[in-house]
Amino acid sequence: MKLNRRTIFGTITAGALAMSMAACGGGSDDEGSGDGELVSGEITGSGASFPDAFYAAAIEAYAEVNPDLIVTYSADGSSAGKEAFGQNLNDFAGSDSLVKDGDGPEADSFQYIPTVAAPITISYNLPGVEGLQIDQETLANIFQGTITTWNDPAIAATNPDATLPDTAITIARRSDGSGTTKNFSTFLDEATDAWTLGASDEIEWPATSVGGEKNTGVAQIITQTEGAIGYVDLADAAELGLVTASIENADGAFVQPSLDGATAALAGAEIAEDLSYNPLNAAGAESYPITAPTYILIRTEYDDENVAAGVKEFVNYLLTDGQDIAAENNFAALPDELRQQAIDALNETIA
Amino acid sequence: MDLGGEARSRRTDKGFTGLVTFAGLTVLIVLGLILVTTSVQAWPAIVLDPVEFLIGTRWSPSDEVFGTFPFLYGTLVTSVIGMIIAVPVSIGIALFITEVAHRRSRKYIVTIVDLLATVPSVVFGLVGSLVLVPWITPLYQWWAGLMEPIPGLSAVFAHTQTGRNYFTAGLILAVMCIPIITSIAREVFATVPEIDKQGAYALGATRWEMIKGAILPHSFGGLVGASMLGLGRAMGETIAVSLVIGGAVGMNANVFAPGNTMAAVIAQQWGEASGLHTDALIGIGVLLFAITVLINFLARVVVRRAEIKMKGAHS
Repeated sequence: MKLNRRTIFGTITAGALAMSMAACGGGSDDEGSGDGELVSGEITGSGASFPDAFYAAAIEAYAEVNPDLIVTYSADGSSAGKEAFGQNLNDFAGSDSLVKDGDGPEADSFQYIPTVAAPITISYNLPGVEGLQIDQETLANIFQGTITTWNDPAIAATNPDATLPDTAITIARRSDGSGTTKNFSTFLDEATDAWTLGASDEIEWPATSVGGEKNTGVAQIITQTEGAIGYVDLADAAELGLVTASIENADGAFVQPSLDGATAALAGAEIAEDLSYNPLNAAGAESYPITAPTYILIRTEYDDENVAAGVKEFVNYLLTDGQDIAAENNFAALPDELRQQAIDALNETIA
Repeated sequence: MDLGGEARSRRTDKGFTGLVTFAGLTVLIVLGLILVTTSVQAWPAIVLDPVEFLIGTRWSPSDEVFGTFPFLYGTLVTSVIGMIIAVPVSIGIALFITEVAHRRSRKYIVTIVDLLATVPSVVFGLVGSLVLVPWITPLYQWWAGLMEPIPGLSAVFAHTQTGRNYFTAGLILAVMCIPIITSIAREVFATVPEIDKQGAYALGATRWEMIKGAILPHSFGGLVGASMLGLGRAMGETIAVSLVIGGAVGMNANVFAPGNTMAAVIAQQWGEASGLHTDALIGIGVLLFAITVLINFLARVVVRRAEIKMKGAHS
């Protein structure tokens, strides 16, 4: 069968050729943009999964504003995003945490742009008990397993009107490494004396705690387990109709998680020169204490001007019209002052 | 036919030999490269404290303490639970198909069992976490209550508040392994010589005595092999386990307690890992790889022994 071999060889070459061509097709096309015109091309971002719902909605809305600039964002996780940023594999990175040594990006090679924030709810499943109020020290003790039943005097002290059952407490938490865990544990670490488990993406939780994959996994455990308590972002808690506890803030008031509470926390937070800020346990009677920030990292220098212009345009959109989309997706918009600072920083970084 | 082309066909023959040898070697090369590259990447985390890495029970990425033993424990416990359930059930199904079922219905049963193998593992995981977990939790609690007065068993089946635990993971693994083990067991049973079976009947054996006396001894090696393939799948299964295991670091004698397995912890923590933490996760992968190879090797020894024993009995 002489013919066959040649055919096979031909097919293989054609296949290899097609593959290498496909591999080349990924870059942005160099159709220059006219002055003042909308940029066209392709920009890619990757990183934090926490703001993914907002970014996805914003990208969709942006596609209607400027269909020529194709933006993709993959929610691989903050660390993965920062690492890819350091290796020049993406055009911008999403991150819930600040850049540390060894994360990938070199100092001075990036600029933080805060985009939105969101409250992390403390959701629980205790039939018949609603509007539970939990003070900060008690919250720490619950999540490190020191308080094991719902009728513990520490919980009863802030809830004099509730009839608390003797149900055992099941801690529901993330099984994957997560910026949400990081923010929640940082809050407990900074705000309370009782918390001993440190602040990190992954915590050495008590062995009796139950881990779920992502926010939805934790939310699921809470709905399935009577006596469970866990930390879940507002979007998932709202979607599954979880009962949320009011948490004591820095001013001693008990606040339900809400977008307004989060925005109030941002207004009360101190903003550093590099635009990083810490809205956890921020001052203000209205502030929801467990409010998590999220940033986009942009490069101080882009190899490709077109990409730079694309990033600038898209991030600018996130900070202007995009802010209106935030609330629909259960994210809190930035307060005006911080938003203006972010826009200024963007304009300064990418001329 | 071209009789004059002997030289050419010899050349073709050589070429063919070279080609298939290369194909055969590819597997070895790929395996070797995987082992080397992963070991190299995992090295920093392993040398940090090799003893801790292998038998330590504390896993704390933020403190750079990487004891992987709880995950090994979880992998073994869930796999053993899975095997205890899957092997007898699969052998039962295979015997039913080859010996009991009607010739016409046989075909359909085989198709249905094989269909089970085509269900993606994430579907098993979702069904497990959304349907099985809430349904089975009260069952666990009831069983734990029943076992409470019995020493020993009360520790293994202790009280639980969640259905996300070793046992649920084992159940899911069992369902996932059943089609693999069944289909190989079926093939193995089909190789039992008809004459052995008829001989047993001729001696007045009942159907069960025939199965016990003729089929099972003849198939032992093959059944071990089938179980090992199932075990390999169970140990490496990632996403389905990850969704129902509860993701706790700890070694609990209670099979109703949440835990974690080697494959699942890699999948769960990979996204947000960096630096040494990443290396340690790769290290777990290397360890899992090594253990799988070891178990397969042991299975081979068992099979060979059984074969020798059987041949001895026949001669």
